[in-house]
Amino acid sequence: MGRVHKYDRDNIDTDVIIPGPYLKIHDHKELAKHAMEGIDPTFPEKVSQGDFLVTGSNFGCGSSREHAPIALAQVGIKAIIAPSFARIFYRNAVDGGYLLPIEIDEQTVKKISDKDELKIELAQNRIINITKNDQYPIKPFPELIAKIVDAGGLMNYRP
Amino acid sequence: MAGSTITEKILARAAGKQRLYPNDVVFTKVDKVMMHDVSGPGVIKVFGEWEKKGVKLERIWDPDRVWVTEDHFVPASDRVSAENVNMLSNFTRKFGINKHFKYGLGQYGICHTLSHEEAMVLPGELYVGGDSHTNTTGAMGAFAAGLGHTDIAYVLMNGEIWFKVPETLLFKIEGNKPPHIMAKDIILQIIGDIGTDGANYKAMQFSGTAVKNLTMEERLTLTNMTTEAGAKNGIIEADETTFAYLRERTDAKYAPVVSDHDAEYSEVFTYEIEKLEPTVAKPFSPGNITAARDLQTTELDKAYIGSCTGAKLEDLREAAKILKGKKVKIRTEVLPAAQSIYMKAIKEGLITIFMEAGAVVGPPTCGACCGAHMGVLGKGEICISTTNRNFPGRMGHIESQTYLASPMVVAASALTGKITDPRDVTN
Repeated sequence: MGRVHKYDRDNIDTDVIIPGPYLKIHDHKELAKHAMEGIDPTFPEKVSQGDFLVTGSNFGCGSSREHAPIALAQVGIKAIIAPSFARIFYRNAVDGGYLLPIEIDEQTVKKISDKDELKIELAQNRIINITKNDQYPIKPFPELIAKIVDAGGLMNYRP
Repeated sequence: MAGSTITEKILARAAGKQRLYPNDVVFTKVDKVMMHDVSGPGVIKVFGEWEKKGVKLERIWDPDRVWVTEDHFVPASDRVSAENVNMLSNFTRKFGINKHFKYGLGQYGICHTLSHEEAMVLPGELYVGGDSHTNTTGAMGAFAAGLGHTDIAYVLMNGEIWFKVPETLLFKIEGNKPPHIMAKDIILQIIGDIGTDGANYKAMQFSGTAVKNLTMEERLTLTNMTTEAGAKNGIIEADETTFAYLRERTDAKYAPVVSDHDAEYSEVFTYEIEKLEPTVAKPFSPGNITAARDLQTTELDKAYIGSCTGAKLEDLREAAKILKGKKVKIRTEVLPAAQSIYMKAIKEGLITIFMEAGAVVGPPTCGACCGAHMGVLGKGEICISTTNRNFPGRMGHIESQTYLASPMVVAASALTGKITDPRDVTN
């Protein structure tokens, strides 16, 4: 269970998630201090462990920096819920085992409000909105992705 | 049954399959892998975590298929970046990786530029790199895709990685290229048309008479910015232009791959190159395009000619043609994309032209392109740049702005201090 932080815009890119000057940093806790700095410098203070980020389409577009999912996961984000993800962000999130990229349709994004309490039930492919007493379907992971998610990342996955 | 695209054929060969179709998910063997001074330390951290768990990592899969660059934070911007580069050197020494292009030690430069300049990747190969613009190298007729550092670490250990086979969008560019049009104008127009997620998870393949007539370096500009449309890879079939370019650089043997004549593309787009205008992407998206002439009143603080996208030898030649014998009106920086290109530019007299025009010429680095160091923008500053991204804060302060354009447009704009179509500066 966690709270929603909603940033209702498309194409949130890796330069605003974690700006270029921090690319030399590889300490996860240090990176977390700058998560979403280009959009909302107060983001790290707002987030608690297990919270969710709900956003528009093509989240994480831009660079291959794994710093982006690392910083978001380190501040406490458990899953990002969006209509679509940029491909490298998506595979970094899954293969690094940092957080879940959850795809839902655009209409569903509109139904979720900032500060809603959510629960994700992966086995049932659904999101429960506790605040609104509602539930939404999520796009199931392809078979291999589901296995990598279960393993906790690509490094722990054995074909 | 329809045939396969070049992307599907390379992936199928690398996966050991007769045939693959879009959306198949497979593990493929990797022919070449690259990491740099941002993704490399991440890889080293992953190796370190495994060693902490008691796993002894004394060898990697194949040191001869791995190559390493120092490009993002060179010259070292501070102690942390200096130590990152030293960490890379320790790693390559320990695991016997000989192809490590070191800053200040002969040839070095931006990874995507060395990939072609040093013929690190060959037609028909499957190449992955720890950088999103790895797509660039697909212009050599290879499958080239960017990955994060966990994936690169996995490749170094296992020699393979998973891919979802992309569907392919085919872009046919036809006609004779007008002298004021560059590949940058073509790709900006395409991104403007299909959007910054228009090719998400997909392959972008380029063909047509205009592409056939493009030089190798210009083709690399097309594939470089497929990343900005979200593409998994950009690709151009190797032809005589590719082979001639490679003959000057390597004796290595390779097996080119081309699409079947009846290959199935999910969509085909056709462009007449004569109809294109010198094009600019306005802040804050590479898809936010307009004609350079629509922005003639936009005043600028800086012109930047650099990066894997826009500081290859031909980019410098085109900029020099416009700047020759003239003076720049705004701060102008020229950073050739690799040491070898810098040397060629000196021999051709291009560097003299830039410096006589009043520009600063600096060493190859990704620094300013990603807003990290070596010429970042201050609050409110407006830059026109040959680079590939203009997200908020990309090249410096979050309230700075970047316009993306061809080297010709950037050079013309440097002369006037406003965004300028190259046709509007007389020679």
